[in-house]
Amino acid sequence: MTTRTQPITGELLKLKDEIHQYALDYGLDFYPVVFEVCDYDTINILAAQGGFPSRYPHWRFGMEYDQLSKSYAYGLSKIYEMVINTDPCYAYLLKANHIVDQKIVMAHVYGHADFFKNNLWFKSTDRRMMDVMANHGTKVRRYMERYGQDKVEEFIDRVLSLENLLDINVLFETPEVQRSRSSKESAYHNEFFHDDDDDDRSTHLKSFMRSKLFNPESEGPERPEGLDEQPSSYRPKPTYISPRDIMMYLVEHAPLKEWQADILAILREEAYYFLPQRMTKIMNEGWASYWHSTIMTKNALKSSEIIDFSDKHAGVMAMSRKQINPYKIGIEMMRDIEYRWDTGRFGKEYNECTDMHERENWNRPTRQGREKIFEVRKSHNDVTFIDEFFTREFCERMQMFTYKYNPRTARFEIDRRDFEAIKAKLLMSLTNFGQPVIEIESGNFANRGELHLIHRHQGVDLDMGYASDTLRNIQAIWSRPVNLTTIQEGKEVTFVHDGKEFRPLK
Amino acid sequence: MDHPIKRDHTRFRNIVKGRVRDNLRKYVSQGEMPAPKGDGTYKIPMPSIETPRFKFGDQSQGGTGQGDGQQGDPVDGQEGEGQPGEGEAGEGEGNKELEVELSLDELASILGEELSLPNIEPKGKKTMQSTTDKYSSIGTSGPDSLKHFKRSYKEALKRQVAMGTYDPENPIIIPIKSDMRFRSSTQKVEFENSAVVIYMMDVSGSMGDEQKEIVRTESFWINLWLKSQYKDIDIRYIIHDATAKEVDETTFFRTRESGGTLISSAFKLCREIIEADYNPSEWNIYPFHFSDGDNWSTDDTKLCLDILNNDILPSSNVFCYGQVESRYGSGQFYKDLVGAYKEDHEKVILSKIKNKEAILDSIKDFLGKGK
Repeated sequence: MTTRTQPITGELLKLKDEIHQYALDYGLDFYPVVFEVCDYDTINILAAQGGFPSRYPHWRFGMEYDQLSKSYAYGLSKIYEMVINTDPCYAYLLKANHIVDQKIVMAHVYGHADFFKNNLWFKSTDRRMMDVMANHGTKVRRYMERYGQDKVEEFIDRVLSLENLLDINVLFETPEVQRSRSSKESAYHNEFFHDDDDDDRSTHLKSFMRSKLFNPESEGPERPEGLDEQPSSYRPKPTYISPRDIMMYLVEHAPLKEWQADILAILREEAYYFLPQRMTKIMNEGWASYWHSTIMTKNALKSSEIIDFSDKHAGVMAMSRKQINPYKIGIEMMRDIEYRWDTGRFGKEYNECTDMHERENWNRPTRQGREKIFEVRKSHNDVTFIDEFFTREFCERMQMFTYKYNPRTARFEIDRRDFEAIKAKLLMSLTNFGQPVIEIESGNFANRGELHLIHRHQGVDLDMGYASDTLRNIQAIWSRPVNLTTIQEGKEVTFVHDGKEFRPLK
Repeated sequence: MDHPIKRDHTRFRNIVKGRVRDNLRKYVSQGEMPAPKGDGTYKIPMPSIETPRFKFGDQSQGGTGQGDGQQGDPVDGQEGEGQPGEGEAGEGEGNKELEVELSLDELASILGEELSLPNIEPKGKKTMQSTTDKYSSIGTSGPDSLKHFKRSYKEALKRQVAMGTYDPENPIIIPIKSDMRFRSSTQKVEFENSAVVIYMMDVSGSMGDEQKEIVRTESFWINLWLKSQYKDIDIRYIIHDATAKEVDETTFFRTRESGGTLISSAFKLCREIIEADYNPSEWNIYPFHFSDGDNWSTDDTKLCLDILNNDILPSSNVFCYGQVESRYGSGQFYKDLVGAYKEDHEKVILSKIKNKEAILDSIKDFLGKGK
């Protein structure tokens, strides 16, 4: 395994030093970047495993690998580069790539590395994930030896059904936050519950407040099971469990064997590790592309390499009619922001200007562009990025449109070029990283120890076929029936899966 | 030691093939088998297993794209074309269809591998032999016109290095006679074998465009496979409603009739064709019949079975019946055939094709026996 990648030497090493210096000169700030070269098979393996050389054994990595290898074998696509968010940052270069490609990739990688280190949403990611993933692999392998591959794999398959049910707020659950919360909570607890005898408020109110404390976002008075009714024995839990952090809820409350709880926690940790990357795809790629383009065109490119560079760059930036290309939208938005903040096209005065001519020729040399994009890369994610900086002018310039399926012609057709509609659709597809919001409502539904999930409907119904199979998998983990309340065609409905069948409740 | 992912890969292949983890089988999609587009590109089936997750229902409602065009213009174009810098791998559930330019031979071998189709052992006379010369090896003698320069150069280089007369500063290589290498031929004996595929399709009112599309796609891939297995292949087309006639390929897929269905009419015509043109002892005969399973009467079905038993089955390698699901079809004929031949008859292969995705499985049904 270790022999599959080699450290860079010779010309590549020189290139790396050169580009590293450019990156520093531009003010990029990153953990050390370790470049290694490998052949296409290795890069396919790494890509299939999310960039990591060692993962737990599971067929899905084999599936990814199968597809990547075929794509490569038939000459359809190849992976140019890969970089993983660790400290130091590991980046892999494809051995067979042209030297210009390697330069682009290196410059691009420094962009990513800077983003990983500075973007707020990455603050709590574990930078030693390489070791963590390898340890997870060892653990799962041991469980497989002890309990059987099929059994463990089947459990993993079930958990993977929940892999997309994450709460972005958990990303800010750093140890400090947890500590300060628990100290605040115990202060709160002391204030309200310590001297029970002196408190003349009704027990009903106290019980209500306590449940709020436990489950601050849930509306119902139900509480997680296993909680003692006696106020005197009440103790705040060390960690806050969000109702959207379904995997954690199951770790804490589902009747699992130790190995199962461990695997669930392992998969949860890995899912949260990848979450920031899912939330910042456009920004991250935009930022990295902005820097490869800047470093290449301003510094690193030799005149003989211009054609090759342009060809590659254009390939990466190709617009697609079926989906937006995050590289393209990302880089263009970064440039647009830089331009607007360079020419003073922001703030109250500009926004309220209705004279089209004046607006078009607006130029106040504020020269804050570079500074602004550094600030943006720090504090935004894709949703807020699009929400704040995706302007009407930009939308038109990008020739964006929405499309939808026309059942009469049986094809997808351009629907609208209307700014509001496009932005709404874009934001919709990015909200909650494009996944439905599912919350734990109760672990004791109907007082029968059943799990109750609520789909926070945001205008789009769930696919009930998938929902049914997903519920079956959750049911297998929870072991009691699992209920799901959602909205179908405007009506609130609740479904239940009891392990045998899926049916509407009542 | 090989990378552990190879084990994951083997595991995945085994799941796809249904060897292990039967409970996952229903999530396996083989990828759609689309009809050829005529420009030399084909989509490669990519098997995948989808984990069930909560997801939005009407994703087919579309999305956002970029480019020229008016309202109502189709949004074709390849997806995700050229996104080389795949930054953070591991994410993005992209569309897993691959469009590739391939020769028919390559395509057939991919198909064979994907479905693990066995090679067909042709029947027929092995007396009809032909020999061909293939220049696939290297010899030390031959005419100048067949001289292999590269090999000769290599030999000379080897010899000079071994003798110590090679000078890297002045790398002149002088070959002598014993260095010369020539392309040489090997004789291959091939058995002439030929096959005929007779497609019969019900074109009565209940067979809609969608059903025909399925038949068209399926027949394309079947032809592809059989062509890779036989040197000569004839393809004949029969359409029928209450009467049958022989047509050319275009008509076969375009025609839509209304009216009743007498399957026996097609079987009769098929019998005539075989009798007239194809001697079963020399030809490998493959009758395929596609319908939605409706037949006019049980009497006619009886007649069909008679023709099959007495004439068609004895002369064919295998008789294949594919039933395409349609809104109007009763599917009775399938049941009748199952009743008469059971599921695992030597010479009768029955397959139900529910939708486009099922085509691959159905092809496997038909060709998986290696007949």
